[in-house]
Amino acid sequence: MSITPYIVLSAILFTIGAVGVLTRRNAIVVFMCVEIMLNACNLGFVAFARQHGNLDGQIAAFFVMVVAAAEVVVGLAIIMTIFRSRRSASVDDASLLKY
Amino acid sequence: MTYALLPLSAAGEGIIPVVDPSAADGLFSLLWLVIGLPLIGALVLLLGGPLAGLHRGALDKWGHWLGTITAAGSFAISLTLFLALLGRDESQRQIGQELWTWFEVGSLQVGMDLLYDPLSALFLLLITGVGTLIHVYSIGYMEHDERRRRFFGYLNLFIAAMLLLVLADNFLVLFFGWEGVGLASYLLIGFWQHKPSAAAAAKKAFVMNRVGDIGLALAIGLMFATFGSTDFAVVSELASGASEDTLTVIGLLLLLGACGKSAQVPLQAWLLDAMEGPTPVSALIHAATMVTAGVYLVVRSNFIFELAPVAQTAIVIVATVTLLWGAVLGCAKDDVKKVLAGSTMSQIGYMMLAAGLGVAGYAFAIMHLLTHGFFKANMFLGAGSVMHGMNDDVDMRNYGGLQKMMPVTFVTFAMGYLAIIGFPGFSGFWSKDKIIETALAENWVVGILALVGAGVTGFYMTRLMLMTFFGEKRWNDGVHPHESPRVMTVPLIVLAALSVLSGVLLLGNWIVDFLTPVVGVAAHHEPPLPALAITAIITLTVALGVAAAWFLVGKREIPKTAPTEVSFITTAARNDLYGDQINETLVISPGRHLVSGLTTADRVLVDGTVEGGAAAATGLSALSRRIQNGYVRSYALSIVGGVLLVVLALLAVNLA
Repeated sequence: MSITPYIVLSAILFTIGAVGVLTRRNAIVVFMCVEIMLNACNLGFVAFARQHGNLDGQIAAFFVMVVAAAEVVVGLAIIMTIFRSRRSASVDDASLLKY
Repeated sequence: MTYALLPLSAAGEGIIPVVDPSAADGLFSLLWLVIGLPLIGALVLLLGGPLAGLHRGALDKWGHWLGTITAAGSFAISLTLFLALLGRDESQRQIGQELWTWFEVGSLQVGMDLLYDPLSALFLLLITGVGTLIHVYSIGYMEHDERRRRFFGYLNLFIAAMLLLVLADNFLVLFFGWEGVGLASYLLIGFWQHKPSAAAAAKKAFVMNRVGDIGLALAIGLMFATFGSTDFAVVSELASGASEDTLTVIGLLLLLGACGKSAQVPLQAWLLDAMEGPTPVSALIHAATMVTAGVYLVVRSNFIFELAPVAQTAIVIVATVTLLWGAVLGCAKDDVKKVLAGSTMSQIGYMMLAAGLGVAGYAFAIMHLLTHGFFKANMFLGAGSVMHGMNDDVDMRNYGGLQKMMPVTFVTFAMGYLAIIGFPGFSGFWSKDKIIETALAENWVVGILALVGAGVTGFYMTRLMLMTFFGEKRWNDGVHPHESPRVMTVPLIVLAALSVLSGVLLLGNWIVDFLTPVVGVAAHHEPPLPALAITAIITLTVALGVAAAWFLVGKREIPKTAPTEVSFITTAARNDLYGDQINETLVISPGRHLVSGLTTADRVLVDGTVEGGAAAATGLSALSRRIQNGYVRSYALSIVGGVLLVVLALLAVNLA
């Protein structure tokens, strides 16, 4: 069975996620785009694991999920805090840390 | 050092005597004391003041006597040693005393060694003798100066340094003394340092002397490189084996040193300004002793100059230019001390001329040096005595008719005057006559120029006499001329007697024979005319100069202020023949431009590179920090860009 369709889907998903991160301003949406990219990677891992016939890629996908869960917790907490103080979830507003 | 007998018999024609001293024994072991006494005096007087603390008043009270006594003691020893030297056989008249090893570096070993030979013996007598008289005179002259103790300390320091200069047994010790007299000269020219002109003159003398000293230092270095030693004994022995080019360079460098110290053209400009110092200083340092150190150096280095004819020619040219230069200055100045300073320059020119003529002239150079030391010190002290009575006025246009008010000063000054113009029978007559005669025999052009110089000397000295002691009184209001106290006139009388009588040194050619162990015997050159005729011509030339002064100065009214509408040459002479301007144009201003060019190069090139680098870094970082703009998406874009680059690179590598 060819894995090409899965890889293509993974690439499409990753591109959608990357473009979303680059173009959207709302922090929540940016966050979701990051998740899409992570899941695109997961799909790639799993597809390649299938092709190679071992479990390395599957394990990597689990790790990504765990890290993504932890990241969501921290990330959402930060977004909440920023929203509380600034009444905005725009990533462009939170641009004080600069030159 | 070997103590073999001097091969005097070999010191015949064309053979340069080698310095080969025998060890000092008996009386001669006292030699170091000649320098030691004034040195102790200087140390006590200069350092004793602060050490004595509250009791320094006592030191101030008898300090000048201490200075005088040490100088006199030094003279007594010098005289004793001189008599002892006369008692020795001619071949044994070089005595060396090794005091201690000064320093040892590699193969260079320099001892603090002294050499007592006929040449240094004569200098010792001159320095300590005239020095003592000037000490005595200064007691009176500096009576009202509250820093008199310090003045005597400096004078003693000078005497000690000058004695070290003429007693040195190698060029480095000589150089030590040479620098010592330069220091003393600096301190004494600027003794009245509260006057800006005196401070400036001291600095000028110091700096110009350094120029000459560089020459001497280089000559010593070259000697060490060539001969491996700076001892007179070694250098004189090995000199004949060195190449003539090396010796010529050494000779020219020595000449540069001599020019600086002896105020010869082109380093002459400091001497006239040096007259800012107290008059006894002008008499001792800038007339009788220190400025003649250049002549001493040339005569002492005869073993080099004899083998370097080019350097000798250079000496003759420098000397001839200087003797006319100084004489012209003397004609136009109204400041009595500056006239005498110009005259000193001119007379040292005569000495240098004689020294440059080689073996035939060395003895006459020293002879003129001695007689000049007497009559010029006499006249300087006389001028000081006049200034003392005229409220320190130096302008001769405010003098006139002083011969009745200051009889002793007048008579003694007149003795010096007759000696310097070469009035028959007086000391200057004998010494100058011999120099001109030798010059005529060696080179008639130089001889004629020296003859002209003698005529000009007659003119300016007569002018000085007429303006000071004769004619109408042109005194300023409130000036009451009076004779100076006994303590000042007695040295004048002694020096006047010496000015008249020191011609006896030439009696039976004594001085020539006496100096033979040092300089050798000259090949006899027949002068172009009989000696008597030359003497007559010289005397006639001088008489012409005197007569010219009588008609141009004596017969006319002397205006109180110097006339401004004068010929070009007078204006030039009043401005020191533009010596300062020449230095300014040729040396100082190019030097300044060089320095300002260098600082500009430093600022633009060196600083520019460093600061430009810093500015470029600042600018680049100002640009690059803009990347850090705080927008998450732009960071994300750069990450994506980076990843893309990496991926493309990997692909490129894999596909290639």
